[in-house]
Amino acid sequence: MSLFSKENGEVFMGPLNLNNPVTVQVLGICSALAVTSQLKPAIVMGLSVTAITAFSNVIISLIRKTIPNRIRIIVQLVVVAALVTIVSNILKAYVYDVSVQLSVYVGLIITNCILMGRLEAFAMQNGPWESFLDGIGNGLGYAAILVIVGFVRELLGFGTILGFQVIPECAYVENGGLYINNGMMTMPAMALIIVACVIWVHRAYNKNIE
Amino acid sequence: MEKLNTNSNAYTIIYASVMVIIVAFLLAFVSSALKPTQDANVELDKKSQILAALNIRGVEDVAAKYDEVVKSDAIFGADASQGPKAETGGFAVANKDITADNRPLYIAEVDGEQKKVVPVKGAGLWGGLWGYIAVDADGETIYGTYFSHESETAGLGARIAEQWFQDSFRGKKLYAADGNDIVLCAVKPGKEGTLSPDNYVDGITGATLTTDGVNNMIKECMTLYKDILTNK
Amino acid sequence: MEHFISLFVRSIFVDNMIFAFFLGMCSYLAVSKTVKTSFGLGVAVTFVLLITVPVDYLLQTKVLADGALAEGVDLTFLAFILFIAVIAGIVQLVEMVVERFSPSLYAALGIFLPLIAVNCAIMGASLFMQQRIQLDPATSTQAISSIGDCIAYALGSGIGWTLAIVGLAAIREKMAYSDVPKPLQGLGITFIIVGLMAMAFMCFSGLKI
Repeated sequence: MSLFSKENGEVFMGPLNLNNPVTVQVLGICSALAVTSQLKPAIVMGLSVTAITAFSNVIISLIRKTIPNRIRIIVQLVVVAALVTIVSNILKAYVYDVSVQLSVYVGLIITNCILMGRLEAFAMQNGPWESFLDGIGNGLGYAAILVIVGFVRELLGFGTILGFQVIPECAYVENGGLYINNGMMTMPAMALIIVACVIWVHRAYNKNIE
Repeated sequence: MEKLNTNSNAYTIIYASVMVIIVAFLLAFVSSALKPTQDANVELDKKSQILAALNIRGVEDVAAKYDEVVKSDAIFGADASQGPKAETGGFAVANKDITADNRPLYIAEVDGEQKKVVPVKGAGLWGGLWGYIAVDADGETIYGTYFSHESETAGLGARIAEQWFQDSFRGKKLYAADGNDIVLCAVKPGKEGTLSPDNYVDGITGATLTTDGVNNMIKECMTLYKDILTNK
Repeated sequence: MEHFISLFVRSIFVDNMIFAFFLGMCSYLAVSKTVKTSFGLGVAVTFVLLITVPVDYLLQTKVLADGALAEGVDLTFLAFILFIAVIAGIVQLVEMVVERFSPSLYAALGIFLPLIAVNCAIMGASLFMQQRIQLDPATSTQAISSIGDCIAYALGSGIGWTLAIVGLAAIREKMAYSDVPKPLQGLGITFIIVGLMAMAFMCFSGLKI
C-alpha cells in the first residue's frame, strides 16, 4: 500500500469535513469554546491538539501489540498526559503570552475526548502511518472549527484579526462613525451560538449527516 | 519464537513500571531543559509591567531597558527611617508576601529624574487586582501607573488594564493640597464633590465596583508606603 | 467562613463549570436527554469532585510544589500525569466501593462512573485549584488555600454542573414539541439553548457576597 493511497487520503480528509470531530462527532467541545475569544490562542490551541493527536496516535500504534489489555486505558492516558506536559512546557517557554491566555485549557487537552476516541478507535487497530494521518486529520478538523469561531469572535468583538485593527478607526462611534464593537462576542455564551451556526451551515450543505 | 503472553500479571506489572520510568525521565528532562526559559519569561513579564508604570511600553528588549532604567529593588522594613533592610531582592518578593515589614520598592531613573515604583494589590469585583504606581521624587505626583486584573468583566472592569485609563493618572497628586490622607481616586463624572481636579481621574462607566477596588488599592497600598515616599 | 460561602456560591453561579468554562461539555451534551439520568450524572460528578479536588490539593501542596518534598525539588511537571492518574484511580475505587456497599446507589450511578474519568470538569477543577493556590486569599474570593476551600469549591462546582445539566435536560424534554429547522435539529439547537442559558447565567455576574 502506497503512502498516499486513496484509502489514506480518506483517512486524512474525512475528519476535515464529513466526519468532523467537533461538528459531527461532538467531541472536544470544551476547549473549542473556551479558547476562541481571539484568533491567536485558537490557532495555537488547534496546532497543539493536532500535534498531540498525531504523535499519541503514532506512539500507541507502534506499541499497540505490546500493551497489556487490562491497563490499556491507563497506558493511553499516560502517553497523552506526557505529551501534553511537554507541549505545555514548550508553550510556556516560547509563547508565554498565549500560554497565559490558554491557562488550564492546555492541561485539559488530556481529557479531550478526540484524543482518547482516536486512540481507542483507530490507533489500536492500524499502522503508524495511517494513525499519523488520522491524527493530523482529526486535529486539523478540530483546529478548523476553532479558527472559524476565533475569527468571527475576534473580528466582531474587538474589530481586530490577530491583533491588527481591520475595522477602520474612523468607522467607530467615538470617531464619528456608526460602528461599535460587539462586546457580547467576547463573552463565552456567544461561542456556543457561533458553533451552532457552523453546525447549521455544515448540515445544511451535507444533508446526509444524521 | 514463542509468543509473549501480554495478559500475564508479571508482564503487566513490568510493562507499567518500565513505562512509568521512561515517562518520568523524559518529562524531567524536558522540564529541566525548558525551566530557565520559562522563568525568564515570568521575569520579563513582571519587568515589562514595572516599565509600563514608568510609561515605557512596547520596547523590544525589556530586560536591557529594565537594567538601564531601574537602579535598585530595595526591601524596606517596618521602620523606613532606618533605610532599607536589604538593598536588593525586592524583585523576588511575590505580591502576596508584601507586608508592613516586607515592602519592596523599585527606584528608577528616567531622564535624570528619580522615580519610585510601588507595587500595589487589591480586590476587584471578581478577583485580585494588582499593578505598579510610579511616583515622582516629591513623593506625591504620579508619574505613571500600570494595572492588571485576574478576572474583571471584559469590556467593563477589564478596561482598567487599558492604557488610556492608566495614563489618565499621570500628573495627578496623591494628597489633597491641605491634607495628609491619600485622596487620589477614580470617580464617576459629576460625582467629584469637593475633590480638586488634581486628585481624581474619570472612572469607568458601568464598572463602579472594579473602580472602587482600584481606589481602595491605591489608598491602602500608598498609605502602606507613605513613610518611604514622603515625610508626611 | 465567609470565604467558604462566597467561594461556594461563586462556583455554582458565576464560575459555573459549564456556562463560564465549558468544562464537561461532551457528557453534558450526550447525557442531557432526560432529567432523571442527567440528575444521576450530576450527582456522580459532584461526588467524584468532592474526593479528587482535596486529594489533588494535598498532592500538589505536599509533594509536587517547589520545595514541598525537599529543598529545591520541583515536581510540578508531573502534575498532569498524577492528577489524571488520581482521577482514574479514584473513579475505579469509588465504583468498587459503591458496588460493594450500596447496590442501589450503584444501580443509579454505576453506569455514569466510567464516563467521569474523562470528564473535563473533574480534571478542570483540579487544574483550576492548582492555579488558584497562587492567588492571594486576602484580595481574591477565588483563592484556594486550605482543604476547606477545596471542599467548598468542589461542592459548588459539582452543584453548578448538576444545575446546568438538569436545566438543559428539562428544556430538551419540552423541545420535543418544537418545530426546529432540519439542519439545526439535535446538536445545533442544543448549542443555541446552552448559549442562551449561559447568557442568562451572566446575570449572576453582579452577585457579590
